[in-house]
Amino acid sequence: MKTQELITLLANGASAVPAHTPARRLAVATGIGIACAAIAMLGLLGPNPELARNLQYPMFWLKLGFTAATAAVALFSIARLSRPGVRWSHARWMLGAPVLFVWLVALVTLADAAPVERVALVLGATWRTCALNIAALSVPLLVAILWTVKTLAPTRLRIAGAVGGCAAGALAAFVYAFHCPELEAPFLGTWYVLGILIPTVVGALIGPRALNW
Amino acid sequence: MRETEDRLRGLMVHALAGDVAAYHALLEEAAAHLRGFFRRRLPRAPEEVEDLVQETLLAIHNKRHTYDAREPLTPWLYAIARYKLIDSLRRAHSHEAIDASDHDWEASSSLADDEASVVRRDLHKLLDGLPERQRLPIVYVKIEGLSVAEAARRTGMSDSAIKVGVHRGLKALARRIRESP
Repeated sequence: MKTQELITLLANGASAVPAHTPARRLAVATGIGIACAAIAMLGLLGPNPELARNLQYPMFWLKLGFTAATAAVALFSIARLSRPGVRWSHARWMLGAPVLFVWLVALVTLADAAPVERVALVLGATWRTCALNIAALSVPLLVAILWTVKTLAPTRLRIAGAVGGCAAGALAAFVYAFHCPELEAPFLGTWYVLGILIPTVVGALIGPRALNW
Repeated sequence: MRETEDRLRGLMVHALAGDVAAYHALLEEAAAHLRGFFRRRLPRAPEEVEDLVQETLLAIHNKRHTYDAREPLTPWLYAIARYKLIDSLRRAHSHEAIDASDHDWEASSSLADDEASVVRRDLHKLLDGLPERQRLPIVYVKIEGLSVAEAARRTGMSDSAIKVGVHRGLKALARRIRESP
């Protein structure tokens, strides 16, 4: 085949391409993923019966804010990583900013607490299941996000996989927060972070194969 | 450099709006840039250069929705070219290291363009491997230049089936080209 032939073939009848396709596709994938995770959470775990009362505690809002902020930065990052030649590295540190803030609050909480209470602040009542539940809820999100990223054009596949996994984990943690009864920063900084890290590592491991185009 | 960027970007913006002539011109100029890019990096494998040019052109086409008109175009183009180069080296387990220096340029530029642009693959043979619902839309719309409506009438397929067939067919073609030895 001559290159000239190929060029004619590609150009012939090429239709217009709508602008902002990557952002739109990622928004759709995220919406579908959140809906699946929310249905799974409501069906399998159920909402926290204390939810209405928890709305008045700032820690509940820190929980939502931390997961939402991490998800927002990760989604912004994955949108950039899905487009060739677009710089992302300068936004790298922002991914860690919400976690650092939670760790800071956690340290203050632990420093204020009596030494005997500290272990209970970290473990809460649900430490055995928290990270695993978040990882389980992140499955539909991870599939939807990586699937979409593959239809775009990521060029650094391992990083894109990891950041996609981080977005999936943070969104799953956001959904899980409506079930979770815990209201302490040390718990959040340990088990929520671990729950987000699981899909992040999975994404990094499967990225090079799953995202190849 | 600046001038090239502005011109290519202008062509791309028109191409994305559906201007076929601008798109044709863009792909032609991109092919010339890509040829130079791959030759400099594969001075000892000139026969692979045109394969990569074609593979990259197909990728540019299939991924053109990831170009954002607010960003410069040449970094987008070269990022795709670099991705395809690394991908092909990985697949080939090439014994040849990427030569990042630009000094070997003369060694490969003796190869005439016409000679280089004929590669081992045959378009029609590749097309024959596609299922009919992809092959016919590509033959009618892309090779014979019929409109989508005409192609739909001739094949008895719906308009959207023709469009989907072209789209999926070109993706399948890209896959076949990658996998052909």
